[in-house]
Amino acid sequence: MSWWTPELAAIVFSVLQALVILLAVVLLGAVMTVVERRLLGAWQDRYGPNRVGPFGSLQLVADMIKIFFKEDWVPPFADKRLFVLAPGIAMATLLLSFMIIPITPGWGVADLNIGILFFLAMAGINVYAVLFGGWASASKYALIGALRVSAQTLSYEVFMGLSLMGVVALTGSFNLRDIVQAQEGLWFVVPQFFGFVTFMIAGIAVTHRHPFDQPEAEQELADGYHIEYSSMKFGMFFIGEYVGMVLISALITTLFFGGWQGPLLPPFLWFALKTAFFLMLFVLLRAALPRPRYDRVMQFGWKVCLPITLLNLLVTGAVILARAS
Amino acid sequence: MELAFYASALVALLASLGVVTGTNPVHALLYLIVSLISVALTFFALGAPFAGALQVIVYAGAIMVLFVFVVMMLNLGSDASAQERAWLKPRTWVGPSILAGLLLLALLGTLLRGDVARVIGGTSIDAQAVGGLLFGPWLLVVELAAMLLLAALVTASHLGRDAEPDRASGGES
Repeated sequence: MSWWTPELAAIVFSVLQALVILLAVVLLGAVMTVVERRLLGAWQDRYGPNRVGPFGSLQLVADMIKIFFKEDWVPPFADKRLFVLAPGIAMATLLLSFMIIPITPGWGVADLNIGILFFLAMAGINVYAVLFGGWASASKYALIGALRVSAQTLSYEVFMGLSLMGVVALTGSFNLRDIVQAQEGLWFVVPQFFGFVTFMIAGIAVTHRHPFDQPEAEQELADGYHIEYSSMKFGMFFIGEYVGMVLISALITTLFFGGWQGPLLPPFLWFALKTAFFLMLFVLLRAALPRPRYDRVMQFGWKVCLPITLLNLLVTGAVILARAS
Repeated sequence: MELAFYASALVALLASLGVVTGTNPVHALLYLIVSLISVALTFFALGAPFAGALQVIVYAGAIMVLFVFVVMMLNLGSDASAQERAWLKPRTWVGPSILAGLLLLALLGTLLRGDVARVIGGTSIDAQAVGGLLFGPWLLVVELAAMLLLAALVTASHLGRDAEPDRASGGES
């Protein structure tokens, strides 16, 4: 086995690692669709889907079979190229963002020095999925949904970046591994509490989950930007939303709650438990909160969250400087 | 890294050509986004990952979204593409092309005379170095740009403001 050199082994190992993480994320996104419905049921005093298999555990299989065998239809009035491109962007940008997340000390796809910026860039490009999807559908509801989502995402991305800068300033690096290591003694949620709150709000808004799901709002827009999509193209938007949820939960864990760090349990279990906790929080928010009016959402972003993040950054900077001198 | 640079530069060139020759405005914007992202990739290849990431976040992620946003609402139909086609007649583009060609010649001349290897494959410049330069020797320029942006912000806020309700209704008191 002369060709099996240590370098080759390292390459094969990291490629396999990346594939495992990719598959795990997509599967987790798919499983979350069912878990969410069951949890919503539990919190709203009803059963949720419990007919397929024991305790409804095979619901996911039934959903997958249904969605794969639906007719894949492109409306004749749609702009075909963009219509096909949009779900791909939705899925790809979110999956690529998982590249930067360190899962355990040894696991993680890439160790990028610009870690957080890479996530922000991917979140920025992710907007086009909804924009192009809504425009290419050539339908009123889809267009209104796309307009809403672009305005909402742009507004909330502004302070999403700013809310993370406190963490970056405390660590002195954009690299997520460094950020996790800097939280050895104290999780960043304590010194950066306002950063955490605003990032959480911005994260929900950017993945357009309830209560920031105006772009989809079933009651007024009949599902908004993906109304004309069917079969797996719709499936990609749908799973993409849950992948986004997993991504934001994993990022909150990494940035504010010490990532894999914790006593007794192995690192991976800590990471998984913390991420699962925030996934539950996402679902609980959907179960508990009503949807605010669209203009209120925009005002809340610009008039409440943006000033809070700016003040937070200012105070953080002052404290760091005072400590250094 | 040189291969990555030339590949992304080629993509940027082709995509920019697509922006100019395309007749569908939204497709042209899509080409422009691709072009901006490939320019970001050339930054990465040149060893400036921070500039590359900012290029994607600011230009491809924020500014172009606003462009697409506006064009989407214009509802441009077949009239617009007929107009675009009319603008693509040689009489319109020959003049600017000659000027652009002269610029290209000047650029190629400088590149061929200079040391190319010194430009590509240099050291990697991280965020700290960029920040140190911006808030060190170039502080005045940064402050001037900040003032310019503040002025633009105030103007936009003034233009976008609704008329005060009591003045608009004629003043009851």
